[in-house]
Amino acid sequence: MSKAILYDSTLCIGCKACESACADRWGLPYNDQIAAEEEISAHKLTAVETHGERYSRRMCMNCQQPACASVCPVGALQKTALGPVTYDADKCMGCRYCMQACPFQVPSYEWSARLPRVRKCDMCFERQSQGKPTACTEACPAGATIGGERDELLAEAQKRIAAKPGEYYNKIYGVHEAGGTSVLYIAAVPFDQIGLRTNIPNEPLPETTWRALELVPDVVSAGSVLLGGIWWITNRRAEVAKKEGR
Amino acid sequence: MTHKFPKITVWRAIFVAILTSGLYATYLRVMYGLGGSTNLSDKVPWGLWIAFDVMCGVGLAAGGFTLVAIVHIFNIEKYKPVLRPAILTAFLGYVLVVVGLMYDLGRPDRLWHPLVMWNPHSVMFEVAWCVTLYTTVLFLEFLPMVLEKFGWETPLGWIHKISVPLMILGVLLSTLHQSSLGSLFLIVPEKLYPLWYSPMLPPMFYVSAIAVGLAMTIFESWHSSRAFGRALELPLLVSVGRVLAVVLSFYLWVKFLDLLHRNAFVLLKQNRIETWLFALEIGLMAVPMVLLFQSRIRMCPGALYACAVMVVFGFITNRLNVGTVGLAAGSGTHYFPKWSEVAVTLSIVASGFALFWAIARYFPVFEAPSHAGARSELTEANIAMSVR
Repeated sequence: MSKAILYDSTLCIGCKACESACADRWGLPYNDQIAAEEEISAHKLTAVETHGERYSRRMCMNCQQPACASVCPVGALQKTALGPVTYDADKCMGCRYCMQACPFQVPSYEWSARLPRVRKCDMCFERQSQGKPTACTEACPAGATIGGERDELLAEAQKRIAAKPGEYYNKIYGVHEAGGTSVLYIAAVPFDQIGLRTNIPNEPLPETTWRALELVPDVVSAGSVLLGGIWWITNRRAEVAKKEGR
Repeated sequence: MTHKFPKITVWRAIFVAILTSGLYATYLRVMYGLGGSTNLSDKVPWGLWIAFDVMCGVGLAAGGFTLVAIVHIFNIEKYKPVLRPAILTAFLGYVLVVVGLMYDLGRPDRLWHPLVMWNPHSVMFEVAWCVTLYTTVLFLEFLPMVLEKFGWETPLGWIHKISVPLMILGVLLSTLHQSSLGSLFLIVPEKLYPLWYSPMLPPMFYVSAIAVGLAMTIFESWHSSRAFGRALELPLLVSVGRVLAVVLSFYLWVKFLDLLHRNAFVLLKQNRIETWLFALEIGLMAVPMVLLFQSRIRMCPGALYACAVMVVFGFITNRLNVGTVGLAAGSGTHYFPKWSEVAVTLSIVASGFALFWAIARYFPVFEAPSHAGARSELTEANIAMSVR
């Protein structure tokens, strides 16, 4: 069981109350100028995008098997049992591999800071571990963003699509993408039309690197035997040749 | 000599200009962070400093482990004269990679974190450990040159005792490190252009590193023979050239099969920047391969050197393609390094040349040491000493 968020693009009215609540929760500044930015960044961890007459909300997908957490060399990023993917700035050394690895291009960096951190939504881990809803779900006046258990939200999404098949594109984004995400989307149109990436593999991405990494013990053990053996043979041959030669 | 003097000052002027710009870029990096000194952004988190300073730096250092394996593990003694320069190149290469990382990491003061905070599921964790351990190994492989210079026999004996396991460890760490730089990109199947994205990235990075390691051996022998007025070890380099041709053909064969199995050849029909840069990278590997298979060309020092330079540039093109260009389309953005990124990179390369020159001048890099059996060398050295 893990917490998730369901975002229904058809219900979103673009009021950006979620953005403002999110900025409050992180202690980030929020004004008209920042509200006009339609991109997530180090000072704006969720953003409502306008696509014609439709809206789409971007935030960290808090993947079920996050690429960012798997690639972090120091374990600063962690997938919690509760659902959120958390970040520990005290561990981070700033290699930015998480940013490179994230298929949704979510983690942002404090580029101009002298002691920079990665910033990303952590699905209000602190609030949720106290049993409270995320700041954005609490703030949403239209019910476009709701929180809950992932299974329940999947069922809810299916119910909405089944109830009004004409109003929804018949898919839920986040069920399979990158092995499944904790943020789920439903919309009236195919997802690429509301700015979501649709070329994301369904395979959990950590597997791609693990297939190489799991060979490391094999390479080390087979390699040391092989190299040691070759050294022993060639060295012995040289010794014998030297003795016989003299 | 009188002819040579102004030439040197021109190079020195360029060297000073590069270092001055690098120094100013360093000031920008320290005072204004990565934002003030690079063109990196949230969508392009890695740029020139990773793709060149780290990925090429590590690759260009591959001559160290390749020659250690050839000379000490396969016991092919004739390559010994080029071993020490290769170890020195590798050691300097790795030290400069760490310097490059200090620029690129957001928090260079936490460089040591991966040694304490483990995540064995991360390729970067493997990379961090390989850099640390192999730099240590290279230091110990380089140390005898210093110890011999000062005649410190006791520590020299200690290093000699552990030299075989040390060298095997070095080859293993290099194998892991070279291939893991390819593994880094396995996590971005949807971002890296399919001409480059392949599950074969780790072995391809490994084989191309061996190729460029051999090419660098020819490259540095050529330059040091000119800088120090030494005779070129031509017969030796000719056979290095032959091995290089074989390694290149193996690499290109793997690359061909990889494209074939992934049905990626159709991509070559598209008129895109990726296609052209891919063609450039392959051309810079294929042309020297064809040339080096001909003994007439191998025997000619100039042609041999030109082939080595082509391989080095082909290798650099490949790493820059994987590390920057190949990711641009998939990330939905463009990247071109800022002047300060280039200045730091050039400064690091220039320092590498200068350090190599300085160390080769003062330490016994080119005189092969006289280990067991090389009695004639010993007497020669004694004669030289007594003459002095």
